[in-house]
Formats: sequence, C-alpha cells, structure tokens
Amino acid sequence: MSTDWEMVIGLEVHCELQTATKLFCGCRNAFGDEPNVNICPVCLGLPGSLPVLNEHAVELAMRIGAALHCEIRPSEFARKNYFYPDQAKDYQISQYDRPLNVGGWLELPDGFRVGVTRAHMEEDTGKLTHVGGSGRINAALHALVDYNRSGVPLVEIVSEPDIRTVGQARAYADEVRGILVASGASDGRMEEGSMRVDANVSVRPAGTDAFGTRCEIKNLNSLRSLGRAIEYEAARQIAVLEAGGVIQQETRHWDEAAGRTESMRSKEEANDYRYFPEPDLVPLAPDAAWQARVRAALGLMPAERRAGLAAALGGAPSDAETDQIRAVVDLGLDGLVTAAAEAGAPPALALARAANEVAAQGDAGTRLDVGSFAALLAMESGGRLSATQSKTVLSALIERGGGDPAVVAKEMGFEALGADTLSAVLDEVIAAHPDEWARFVGGDDKLMGMFTGEVMKATKGKANGKEVAAELRRRRG
Amino acid sequence: MSDPADAAPGRVTLSRDDVIHVARLARLELRDDEVELFTAQLRTVLDHAADVAALDLTHLEPSSHPIALENVLRPDEPQPSLDRDEVLAQAPAVEDHQFRVPRIGGEAP
Amino acid sequence: MTSALALAAEVRSGGRSARQVVEEALAAVAEGDGELNAFLTVLGDEAREQADAVDAMVAAGRDPGPLAGVPVALKDNLCTRGAPTTCGSKILEGWRPPYDATVVQSLRAAGAIALGKTNMDEFAMGSSTENSAFGPTRNPRDTGKVPGGSSGGSAAAVAAGFAPLALGSDTGGSIRQPAALCGVVGMKPTYGRVSRYGLVAFASSLDQIGPFAAQVEDAALLYDILAGHDPLDSTSLPSVPEPTVSSVHDGVEGVRIGLCRDLIDGCAPDVAARVHQAADALAGAGAKVEEISVPEFAYGLSAYYLIAPAEASSNLARYDGVRYGLRVDGEDAEVMNTATRTAGFGAEVKRRVMLGTYALSAGYYDAYYAQAQRVRTLVMRAFDRAYESVDVLLGATAPTTAFDLGAKVDDPMAMYMNDVCTIPSNLSGHPAVSVPFGTGNDGLPVGVQVLAPALGEAIMFRVAQVVESRAPQGEGS
Repeated sequence: MSTDWEMVIGLEVHCELQTATKLFCGCRNAFGDEPNVNICPVCLGLPGSLPVLNEHAVELAMRIGAALHCEIRPSEFARKNYFYPDQAKDYQISQYDRPLNVGGWLELPDGFRVGVTRAHMEEDTGKLTHVGGSGRINAALHALVDYNRSGVPLVEIVSEPDIRTVGQARAYADEVRGILVASGASDGRMEEGSMRVDANVSVRPAGTDAFGTRCEIKNLNSLRSLGRAIEYEAARQIAVLEAGGVIQQETRHWDEAAGRTESMRSKEEANDYRYFPEPDLVPLAPDAAWQARVRAALGLMPAERRAGLAAALGGAPSDAETDQIRAVVDLGLDGLVTAAAEAGAPPALALARAANEVAAQGDAGTRLDVGSFAALLAMESGGRLSATQSKTVLSALIERGGGDPAVVAKEMGFEALGADTLSAVLDEVIAAHPDEWARFVGGDDKLMGMFTGEVMKATKGKANGKEVAAELRRRRG
Repeated sequence: MSDPADAAPGRVTLSRDDVIHVARLARLELRDDEVELFTAQLRTVLDHAADVAALDLTHLEPSSHPIALENVLRPDEPQPSLDRDEVLAQAPAVEDHQFRVPRIGGEAP
Repeated sequence: MTSALALAAEVRSGGRSARQVVEEALAAVAEGDGELNAFLTVLGDEAREQADAVDAMVAAGRDPGPLAGVPVALKDNLCTRGAPTTCGSKILEGWRPPYDATVVQSLRAAGAIALGKTNMDEFAMGSSTENSAFGPTRNPRDTGKVPGGSSGGSAAAVAAGFAPLALGSDTGGSIRQPAALCGVVGMKPTYGRVSRYGLVAFASSLDQIGPFAAQVEDAALLYDILAGHDPLDSTSLPSVPEPTVSSVHDGVEGVRIGLCRDLIDGCAPDVAARVHQAADALAGAGAKVEEISVPEFAYGLSAYYLIAPAEASSNLARYDGVRYGLRVDGEDAEVMNTATRTAGFGAEVKRRVMLGTYALSAGYYDAYYAQAQRVRTLVMRAFDRAYESVDVLLGATAPTTAFDLGAKVDDPMAMYMNDVCTIPSNLSGHPAVSVPFGTGNDGLPVGVQVLAPALGEAIMFRVAQVVESRAPQGEGS
C-alpha cells in the first residue's frame, strides 16, 4: 500500500448468544438440526403471532456490554422493514434509536484501544440454500429456506472506525471472540457462523481527518479472510482514487476463492428500512441491581488476565513472553500459571512451561494439578532437575493428571547430580579437551556451549545447564 | 422521492412518483389508472393529516404504546415447536422439508 | 333471543343439551345467512363435536364452564387451528392456522361452541364490510344497508339471532360501529386487557379483541372470560381483571357522566338526539350528567390514519407468498412477492399499505408518524384531564345510522369519517362500549357510546346496563 494513504476500518460483529431458546419464542436455539423442526408461530412469523423477550438473552447481552465497558441503558426494540425470503415477517426486530449498550471500548493486546459505538440485540434470520446453477446466489435457479435459525438471539457489536491496520482488525476480532467466550455469551465460532464479522473499509490521505467513502465487506468466514479482504479492498479503493475515480458507497461480497471483493447487484433505490418502535414489545430497562449482578459475575476478561500475568512477571514482558501470555490466556491456562507463581514458583518459568509443554497436551493440560506443577517448577529452579528432565516429568504428570514430581523423577531415574559427580565429570571433560580448555580460559566464550554439551552428553542430560556454566566460569577464574 | 425539505409544515407534496416509489417499497404493482386514482386518494387523506402535521407539539413525547409496561420477559425454557408437516402442508412450495422460492435476485439488504 | 347467561345455565343444569342448541343455531344459519353473508365458514362438524363434549361433561357431573353450550361467532381474523382464517382476503384464502388464538382457547375452556368464522373488511380495514374479498355482509335490520365494519359479519350474526355472542376486533371502532349500525352491544376493552395472541395484526398498538352480544350483561360475561394476562403477549396487562358481570346491575347513582359534545356535534341530528335522550335517561336513574368538551378528539382521525396504516404496512409485509397463503409465481422472489401481493390484496389494503409506507419513509417519519404519536399523547392527556371531573363519557358511536351498500365505497375519506367518535379510545387505549338506544329517522338502530378510563370496564358496563334498560322500545329497536 502506498505510504500516502491510510486505511480506516470499522468492524461489525454479529454474535449468536448461547441461550437454550430463541430471542422471542421458546423454540430451541440449536445448530445442525433437521430443517424446520425448531419453528413456531412466532419465529415463522405466522399471522397473529407475537414476540416475548428471552430473559437470559438480555443477561448475556448485558454481559457483552459490561465486558466492552459500555453504559447499559434503558432501551427499546424497533422494526427494520425489508423483504427477503429468510426474514419470516419481512421485518427484523432489532434496536435502532435506543440500543441496550453504548459507548464502550476494547483494548487490543498491544494496548491500542478501539472504541465501541454500541452493542444491541436483534433476531437472526433463517438460512437460505441456493439451488441449481453454480450454487452461487447470482446463478441459482431457486432457493430453499430453513427457519431453524430464524429468531436466534444476536448481539451486534459496532466499533468506532478506529482501526488502521489489518493486524489491528484481526486482533480486534480475536479479542471480541475472547470476551464472548470468557463471558459465556457466545461460543464465538466464525466457521460455524456463531460469530460473523463485516468490515467497513475506507481510505484517506495519511494525515487528513475527513472520512472517505466506505464500503461494507460481507462474507468473511475467518480471521484470515478478514485480513485478506481488508487488504484487497483498501488497495482497490486506492487504485480507484489514484486513477481519478470515486468510490461508490456499497456493500461488497468477499470471494474467498478469487481473492477479491465484488459489488453486489444493488437496487436502484437505497434501502429505506422505515424503522419505527416495535409496538408488540415494551421497553427494556434493566435495573441497577441487575446490572450490578451482571458486572459482579462477569469475571476477568482476556485483557485483564493478560495484564495480571504481565504484572506477575514484574511488568514489561519481552516479545516472547507477550506471545506466551497471549497463548496461555487463550487456552485458559492463566489460572494455572498464577496459582503456581503464588505457590512460589518463578513466574517466568511457570509461564514458559505452561505456554509450551502444558499447552501442547491440549485438553489434558488444562486438568493439570496446580500443586504438582508448582512442586515440579521448584525442583527445576532449585537445580534438582535439568530443563530436559523437567519437561519429561511434566508430560508424565499431565498424563497421570497429577502426582508427586519427586516420585516420578525417581521412577525415571532422574536423580539430581551431586556436586561431586559433576566435579568429576567436569574434570574428565576438561582433561579430554586440553586445547579447547586453554582457549576457553584465555577468553574464548564461544567454547562454553561445547563444554556444556559435552558435560550433558556425559551425564546423559542429568546435569543442570546453569550449574555447569557456573562451575565452568568458576574454574576458569 | 420528492424532497421532504421542500415541504412546509402541513403542505402535502405527494406526487405520482412518490406513489410509484412507495408501491415498489411495499412490493405492489399498480396499473397507470391505479396510480392516478391512488395518488388522488392518498393526497386527500394527507390533506386531512395536514392539520396534524402543522401542530406545534414539540413539547410532547410521541407515545408508541397506550400502556406503560416495561421489562416483560420470559424464562429461557424450551417449549414445543410446531409439527413440521402441518406447517409445510400450508406452504405454497416445498422441497427437502424446506420452503421453496424462486431464485433470489440479490443479497439481503 | 335467550341470553347467553340463561342459555349456559340451562345447558349446565341439563335442561337443554348443547347439541340441541348448536343444531338450532346451525339451522338458523343455513336458512338465513344465504342472504346476509355473515359467515365465511360454518364450523358444523367441529361445533357438533364440541357440543357433544359439553353434554358429556354435564352427564358426568362436571362443570363445563360459564358459557356451556353457547354458540359464539368468531371474526375471521382470529386464528382457529385447522379451520380457515382468511381475514376477508384472497391472500389468505384456504389458509388454516396450525394454532388457536388465546381467546379461542379461553372460549373452549369456558364450554362455548365456535359456530363459525365471520365476514369482515379485508385485514380489518374498513367501516362497512364492503372491503371483504368474499362479498359484503348485509345488515339484518335492512338488507340494503351495510352492517358497518370491519367486524360486520360478527355484528350481523348476533343481530340476526344466529348466535347470542360473537367476537370481533376493534382498531378504530371496528366492533363498536357495526354494533351501533346493527343494533347490538359491542365493546372494546382497555388495551392489553385481552390477549392479542392469535389475532391477525392490523395495527398492533391499537388492535383489541372484544365481545358482541344482544345485551349488556352477556357482553360483560364474555368480556370477563376473555380478560386476563397472557404470557404469550408482551403487551398484555399483568394485573388480574376486576370481574364486571357481578356489578353490572349496580346502577348509576352518583356516577358523574360527561356528555361529550365532541362526540355528538358532528353527528346526524337524529343520532345526536338519541344521545341526549340517553343522557336524560341516565340523569333520571340518578347519575350526574354534565356537558364536557374534549376538543383534542378532533385530531384523532388524522393521527389514526397515519399510525394505523404505518403499523399495518409493516404487519402486512409477511404476506409475500413464501410460507403460506396465496402465491403467484414469478421469475425471481421479488417478482413473486409483487405479483402475489398485487393479486392478493384489495384496493383499500393497498391504499393503506402505501399510505403507511409513505408515513414511515425516510424524511417523512417525523412530520407524519412521530407527529401522529405526539397527537396520541395529546389525546391521552386530554382524556386524563376529562376524567378528573367525570367518571365516564357519553357520546354517539357512529355519526349516522347504517348507510346504503355501495354509498361510500368510492370515497375513502367519507368512509374514514365513520370512525370519528370511536378512534379516540383506540388512541388512548381506554375501554368503550356501544349500546343500542332507539332508532334514527329511518328506523335504523342508533348506538350510544359509553367511554371509561383505563381499567374502568366495570363502571362502563354499569352505565351501559342502565342505558340499555331505559332504551326506547317498540320503535324497531
């Protein structure tokens, strides 16, 4: 991208809430059932049907608002009127003028804050299958509609156009997913459609304030598509503008296979949704007590958990540690690390082992007993076990779901090397390499690795690398 | 559509094009003679509404309900769904237990 | 005709069989309805079955309910499972709902027998039942006249003696006005008192279901059975309703009656004269009658003809040929929607849908729809002020007696003027009832309207009962 241009991105994330039933009726909110088995007069929009709001959906929507640091306000539902076969009533019940959650923000892992304009409640549509032709909408012969998804509760999170890079966009989407899962509001699975991201992309000359015309990009099924689509679209817009053209404000469809956005055949007239307050519903104004309960029960969101780990490390984590922190929080292993640190284990070591060895064991890793973990780390940091030995014992502990690391170490024959044994081994190695020893004593530090390696070989990995290094230096003088 | 900014309070600006436009929004097709007739009739109704449009009611809140209820909620408990066959028996066209429609020209607005 | 109250008592005591009652009703319909066209569907087999079930309960010594064996005619916009529910429209011709309206279930639980579905103006839009796609209903009192609308079929069914009770719906006067024109009692409850679940929506914030009867006491009985909270309707009032039938004969001693000139002055002189006569009768019965003016009522008509079509334009969007009802095929879904709705809707429905769409359109919302909702607030406040000095209001129901079939079909505005006395109560959500009181110069019935504050059904029926008891006799009334 030309360094003269800046891209301006806002993201809209639609999240399916993890409720047992739909937003306005008692049909099951379930994915993957036989078509049209979870329907009733309400979600099918039959004449005479009326909506009634799901209390748990409101609870989850409030959790999302709280996690995004929004103000939770008295709100009202509105009808968004448009004809489309997957819209059972040919209007969607949503929120317009008075949404539930407003004015929040989300902090990305690197500390950058993205503003959140609003997070409101609305109902989902049915699912369309286009039949015949290539199966793509433009070439289909007819379509089939399944209303199982019609009426499923959604929260739509609208960000401010604060995002400036693809990296930030992906991080924002990932962070939203993290809070959805952490709050229990949604399982946040883009590939299953329980989290859908649309991107609003525009460009402007770097250093200017006015917003360019934006296009909305839809059909982004993964974070990777999100990134690719934004890059493509920004480049497309820049090319148009640099050639003297203007950007049409429109919705564009991301074609994953072709790697480009395409204009969707738009109608001549702009959409006039004719929003008005939903007369079949009454206002929603969660009282202070309910809001307080939601906030109190929310628990720590990923950003706060990452901050907690960074603090345990003493602040200012290195790049490698930052990656480890993110991995550990993502996998829900931060509790393990924090507990081990509280039990006296060195935090950086706990973090590293958790991010690498524990994480590698998948589900089993999450069940590792804190006490065992802390004890093992103490053995390693105290020199009783080498790093290699420690990792081996750790695998065994995870497999067994716990246990006493000292016992396991003994079973495996990992005795800590006595100081005498180490000394004797060092004597042998030094004696076997007199020329190298002379160079090392003379200041050639590069030989440290060779001598350490020889000692490890001779002790079959039982030696503690740090101890060996310390002893070598001591002998050198 | 005619520009609402041109409308002085109470002045009706409904044009033939307005009628054709709202008909399209409402998925209705009108014959030419119907457009004439409906334009005239709707103008008459809107003329009567002019007395309302002209009132200064800025001190009043619009009421979308005659009742003052709020927070009507239901528990998140599953209820029986309809029998799929009974519902599909009433559908104009069915395929694979789904509602069949002619091809759809564009994406959802 | 025997009152419903008396009929139910006879059936419950075993004095008459429900089956016999139903057979007589069906015979009367078969003989007399060919000319009147009050019924679109006669539920012969179902009615017999229900009657047999009631008789079986009586024989078993169980109480079948307060309306045991009483035939009730149901307006065809009330969902009756498995039975046609057309709303007077070609677009729903042949549609059989897979569920019952809540009121239909309440009737069944009370032992009542659904006799058939009655004719109506299409989707409840009209004041003469001439907008039905299935031909008009004729006024039993003079078959060259309209029965009023939109619940013309139900009013006629009671007036013709086919059934002692009927249900209608009232959005701008659609129960009260046909009641007045046919010479029967028709009542609209407080908004939210009777569940709308299963009532095919016309204008959601205005619609209410209500009773028709030949006498006030029966209307009160039926109202008491219908009233109450329904968890399937979010706008349903949570409070337990005060029964009205037990106090209906309590008289009007000391009751303050506001004779409302704004509900009289625009009416034909013979109608106005009857209202004054009713006022005198109430004074003679011990009420305190005073003249009162509520000039804000004059704005009601215009506000109504913006709010109701706006909500209707959205409520009727679902009739798109996709899930039920008429479908006229087309090369794509949009063409199919348009062809279906163009063929399926009559002129009045199209007119109102377009008017409503216009009123909600971008740019016009504030001048029309939002403004009309402010007028609604104005009318509500005006009512509140009036009820500071009086307990009920008295006025005409309709400005004239029944007019000729065909007289107003080409003049929508003239037709809309029929609702001028009834609309204010729909805007405010207050209850009101029309009681027959004498005739006009043409010998046709005149209805007098009693309006009460929200939740004031009990006092409203008390006043109505006195009006009925002192109605002029032997003048064709």
